[in-house]
Amino acid sequence: MTDDPHGDVLTAPLTIEYPFKRTTGPVVGAFLTALREGFLVGIKGSDGRVLVPPTEYDPMTGEDLTEVVEVGPAGTVTTWAWVRHPGSKAPVDRPFAWALIRPDGADTALLGAVDAGAIGSMATGMKVEPVWAEEREGSITDITCWTAVAG
Amino acid sequence: MRDVAIIGFAQTPHVRRQPHLNEVEMLMPVLEEVRAAAKVTKDDIGFTVSGSTDYLAGVGFSFVMTLDGVGPWPPIQESHVEMDGAFALYEAWVKLQLGDVDCALIYGYGKSSPGPIHEVMSRQLDPYNVAPLWPDQISLAAMQARVGLEGKAFTEEQMAEVASRSRRNALDNPNAQLRWDRSVEEILAEEPIVDPLRRSDCPPISDGAAAVIIAAGDVARDHCERPAWIRGIDHRIDPMALGLRDLGESPSARLAGEKAGVGAGGFDIAELHAPFTHQELILRAALGLGDEVAVNPSGGALAANPVMATGLVRFGEAAQRIIDGTAGRAVAHCTSGPCLQQNLVAVLEGEN
Repeated sequence: MTDDPHGDVLTAPLTIEYPFKRTTGPVVGAFLTALREGFLVGIKGSDGRVLVPPTEYDPMTGEDLTEVVEVGPAGTVTTWAWVRHPGSKAPVDRPFAWALIRPDGADTALLGAVDAGAIGSMATGMKVEPVWAEEREGSITDITCWTAVAG
Repeated sequence: MRDVAIIGFAQTPHVRRQPHLNEVEMLMPVLEEVRAAAKVTKDDIGFTVSGSTDYLAGVGFSFVMTLDGVGPWPPIQESHVEMDGAFALYEAWVKLQLGDVDCALIYGYGKSSPGPIHEVMSRQLDPYNVAPLWPDQISLAAMQARVGLEGKAFTEEQMAEVASRSRRNALDNPNAQLRWDRSVEEILAEEPIVDPLRRSDCPPISDGAAAVIIAAGDVARDHCERPAWIRGIDHRIDPMALGLRDLGESPSARLAGEKAGVGAGGFDIAELHAPFTHQELILRAALGLGDEVAVNPSGGALAANPVMATGLVRFGEAAQRIIDGTAGRAVAHCTSGPCLQQNLVAVLEGEN
């Protein structure tokens, strides 16, 4: 079982869980509710920039933010990483890209998985759109992945 | 402000896995060694503070068990941060500023080997928008590297140079885990694992621990011939969301560096907590460190990465070189969070 010179070490499986339910509030809640309904929202920051995902407070000034606006759902890849060997938790079961995606009408980007098939199909600046889950529950995973916009 | 200095440092050898030792057993020799190095006894220590994470230990309040290693009876003044031990050092520095304590013991430890570390570390991310997607650290770092590469802030050759130099420096560090001598060309010939990162751009997975003792004013001078004085120390944080900031630079490192007094320059060495090669390049730019500064003579996080101790090791390695007289002035740095989100910067100096 082991080549450790100190001999076998007893081990037992352990799954860490933090099985809390959270109240998501008017901003995060609005984002998650929109995902369930199949669209994306952001929020206007103090300087007028549209932040996606929306934040409850302005990240620079700390001001409370309230003006939720619809964005996307198509967007632009601002950076990406090509995963050659997806792990068991990966959202796509073949090589894919993690990407930051700036939805149309937004000034910031959110994380998503782009199922592009091949690394040669990926580029910063490419247009992508979300693939929505059939059954949506108000979670970021309601977007199963993103794909290139045809044309 | 009280003058406060690092007067002792000790660490374990950092290894891929340490299955036959629990955290207390891993830490005990280090605690003994650091007290010996600083010539202090348990009674001299007025405050004890540690950095570790329950996510690695798999147990809530896991740091309480590790307190057995310091002997918490009769009761001691004690604290803990769910962060790298370098942030525990910052807390200890603040505690010494209050004036009722003159000497503090800081330790950090982590065993990354028992679980799937990349999945475990994804649990530190935004619980609504990011963590449910389970992105791993290498992928997040790779997105950051691409921003810098495509923005022409640095090149793949520069990244490979960091990879090569770090492991070559580690040849002189008996506690390092990855120690080798490979050329930039050899590294560039590697296939990427998560494009644009190659294996050599990434840190090893390590089990290990470190401890530091700090003391104020004459207490430091009494116990150490050449204390490593903390001339400035500052911690700054960038916004949590990865898409809210330009990943190709580190505003929080720049600001922390300014506040800590890095701008005055004159550094012999810098120990930067940069787990990925491009992060060293981003930090050097943010801190304004020129080629005359020897960065990570220990090999840095690319040569040994005991999570929750890696940053404290940077402080210890920088201080040790001042204590032993091989450096006069040093930058010590620790990061936390994805893609250099948080940065703690200190300026250390010996007395002439």
